[in-house]
Amino acid sequence: MALYVQAIVNGFLVGGVYSLMALGLSLIFGVMRVINFAHGDMMVWGMYLSYWLFVTAGVDPYLSILVTGSAIFLLGAAVQKGLVNRILDAPHEMQILLMLGVALVLENLALMVWGPDPRRVSTTYALSTFWLGPIVFDLPKVATFGLALALALGLYLFLKKTDLGRMIRAASDNQIGALLVGTDILKVFTLAFGIGAACVGAAGSLMTPFLPFSPSTGLFFTITSFNIVIIGGMGSFLGAFVGGLLVGVSESLGAVILVPSLKEIVSFILLVLILLFRPQGLLGGSR
Amino acid sequence: MILLRVTGVSKAFGGLRAVRRVSFDLAEGEMLGLIGPNGAGKTTLFHLVSGFLRPDEGIVTYAGESLVGLRPHDVCQRGMVRTFQIARPFLRLTVLENVVVGALERVAHRREAVAIAEEMLELTGLADRAGSMGHSLTLPDRKRLELARALATRPRVLLLDEVMAGLNPTETGRLIDLIRAIHGRGITILLIEHVMKAVMALSQRILVLNYGEVIAQGSPEEVVRDPKVIEAYLGEDSAGAEAGADFGIISGGQCCG
Amino acid sequence: MLRLGLGTAAAVALLVLPFWVPSAWQNLLITTFYYAYLGQAWNILGGYAGQLSLGHAAFFAIGAYTSAILATQYAISPWLGMFAGAALAAILSLGIGYLGFRFGLRGFYFILLTLAVAEICRLIALHLPLLGGYTGLFINYTPNPWQFQFQGKIPYYFIALGFLAAGSGIVWLIQRSKLGAYLVAIREDEDASEALGVDTFRYKMIAYALSASLTALGGTFYAYYQYYLQPNTVLHINHSVDIMIRPIVGGAGTILGPVLGSFLLELLGEFSRTYFAGGMAGLSVVIYGVLLIIVVLFLPRGVYPTLAHLMRRRRPGRAA
Repeated sequence: MALYVQAIVNGFLVGGVYSLMALGLSLIFGVMRVINFAHGDMMVWGMYLSYWLFVTAGVDPYLSILVTGSAIFLLGAAVQKGLVNRILDAPHEMQILLMLGVALVLENLALMVWGPDPRRVSTTYALSTFWLGPIVFDLPKVATFGLALALALGLYLFLKKTDLGRMIRAASDNQIGALLVGTDILKVFTLAFGIGAACVGAAGSLMTPFLPFSPSTGLFFTITSFNIVIIGGMGSFLGAFVGGLLVGVSESLGAVILVPSLKEIVSFILLVLILLFRPQGLLGGSR
Repeated sequence: MILLRVTGVSKAFGGLRAVRRVSFDLAEGEMLGLIGPNGAGKTTLFHLVSGFLRPDEGIVTYAGESLVGLRPHDVCQRGMVRTFQIARPFLRLTVLENVVVGALERVAHRREAVAIAEEMLELTGLADRAGSMGHSLTLPDRKRLELARALATRPRVLLLDEVMAGLNPTETGRLIDLIRAIHGRGITILLIEHVMKAVMALSQRILVLNYGEVIAQGSPEEVVRDPKVIEAYLGEDSAGAEAGADFGIISGGQCCG
Repeated sequence: MLRLGLGTAAAVALLVLPFWVPSAWQNLLITTFYYAYLGQAWNILGGYAGQLSLGHAAFFAIGAYTSAILATQYAISPWLGMFAGAALAAILSLGIGYLGFRFGLRGFYFILLTLAVAEICRLIALHLPLLGGYTGLFINYTPNPWQFQFQGKIPYYFIALGFLAAGSGIVWLIQRSKLGAYLVAIREDEDASEALGVDTFRYKMIAYALSASLTALGGTFYAYYQYYLQPNTVLHINHSVDIMIRPIVGGAGTILGPVLGSFLLELLGEFSRTYFAGGMAGLSVVIYGVLLIIVVLFLPRGVYPTLAHLMRRRRPGRAA
């Protein structure tokens, strides 16, 4: 029993950063209707940046989220401004192809720069734990969870309270409407992709203290992000959040109940069930 | 003979009761107008009749057979076809190909379908645009294409959803002539219309819907004089109020229903 | 007349080509035809019916594993086993289609459903001893045509060419039929099609089953060309991507699209491998990715539609 509770706790903690990652994807899809196939690769670049800052300058990954968030913001904005904005009226499948191309480039650039071997950010506190009753808490996971939560809350407040945020939400609700009232929609798009990318970049940094990574890690996170936003409800902020926690817990439980190499299957089956019986997602509104 | 019979049909979306216990008959060869202020439930009623929505209660029968539970293509196959309020041409197909899709409902082979399609393009005055792509059409031509496509399925009943919306008076006049010609071929027509000139000119009988309920029906002259109808339109915003006052042409572009 | 002449010349060229070119080129041509064939199969569902699938690796793998296992365990010739694989793939596609289309999944949702099913298949395959798990499944080489095994590359060249010709022929027939007109109408506007009497559910199911079973036949070819099947290759999402990108680059929903797309991408891939593979790991793929992005930016409607458009402009008065 304790084993399962432990798995749930760990999954929940990792789920927090999954949520942040999925929020980024949800934002990008919600505003532009673009599926960011490079989402996980952007995340991996955030991880490598944190790693690089850690090994060269000793910057703690929890501090370097500022740098990685900004850098991946620029990367995302550049992808939108330089590439996606140019083919907005092309058939839908072309956008998919474009983002697959971006994913290939990012993943293999990482391979060129860092090589195929997994990297690890070995902080002094990497193995610190504390006990609450019979449950062990990994200190880095708790810190990551707290920071991911704080960033998600920050994003929420930005979207709700600021003019820029309201503009992004308006574009997300009704592209044509936002176009008509004279918002420079291309600028909003660029900003939205940048912010979505910044979320996933920061999420990457936040995971480095407890997760080794390599260039091929990106694909797993891209697919996990897809799962989460569908499970939670496309375009629903709360949905992406709850979905992240749910997927974190289900993977963690899957690893205990089945074999670790089958842990993803639980979230895939969850995804299929959601798609079939509640396609708008757990917390999504009407389709 | 009654072709379409709607009996006590209701539909609610969440708390909003869009259509409430509506009943009416459509006789073969008739041209029935369906009017009402914005949001009166006209388009919802169309969705219910054509199989896009399933009524919460009530019965829809076509030539004596219940349509409840049938999907739109089943309804079309039985001989009743609808058009859409906002014309929906297949954008990346030619005008001819658009109509061929409709014609294939009745014939299995492309060659015959093309022949039917060409005939319908001739009838609707689109013959010279047969090779143009759907996306290149002007609004009036899109409306004609909706008609041509629907006619190609060889319907007995045609359900027209605001075909006049967005057209100028000249174009409206031409389309009225076209619809008369279609009616003249023996096709029964039920039309939702916001453009009063068109409804008055075309309908033999008019059904007025407000807040999802039938509030009046009768000949155009009777309906215009009905105090409940005038009140319903006066309750609407300025554009509607104007309509209630003189039943003139309401400018197009209103696309909510 | 000109077209007939050109067609004959092309046919003759294709027939003598393998005897003239070096072995590496033979391999390149085989891969090109074979992916063009898979692209053609994908095209039926993704290009014509407009239901983008990112899970065709599942059907491919079903075809590959079914014929391989029937041959190795039950001594059934792959020439027969491939149809068993096609039937199984059709059944799976109908299952996915029934659930997905019934509930009206469209666009991104359908893409994700197909991807999820393929990933589930991959994870299951990795844990199935019958399929060799992580180690993969090896097929013993016994050069026997009845076992779909041949010496040298030339027989494979002609089989791949035959697959492509047959696949293209099927798509050509579809394009000219009621089915084709309906699929394209569904792609353009599902509700409008339904209103015009198109049973959209039924026709999407037909397209899916056809597409899946043709893809599975291609899987058998792969199994007996490579003699080795591993879930992380044949069932990987990257393989689904490989199947999908060629028809899109070439022009989804056109008969020449998958062929042109396959040629172009094979050339780009070969170019990046030849000139950049010696460098750092990953460089050639980066170049390939960049080229892919450039193709999308400059030919956002696909190769064939762009070419056709240019041709029409150069020959005014002959509207296609």
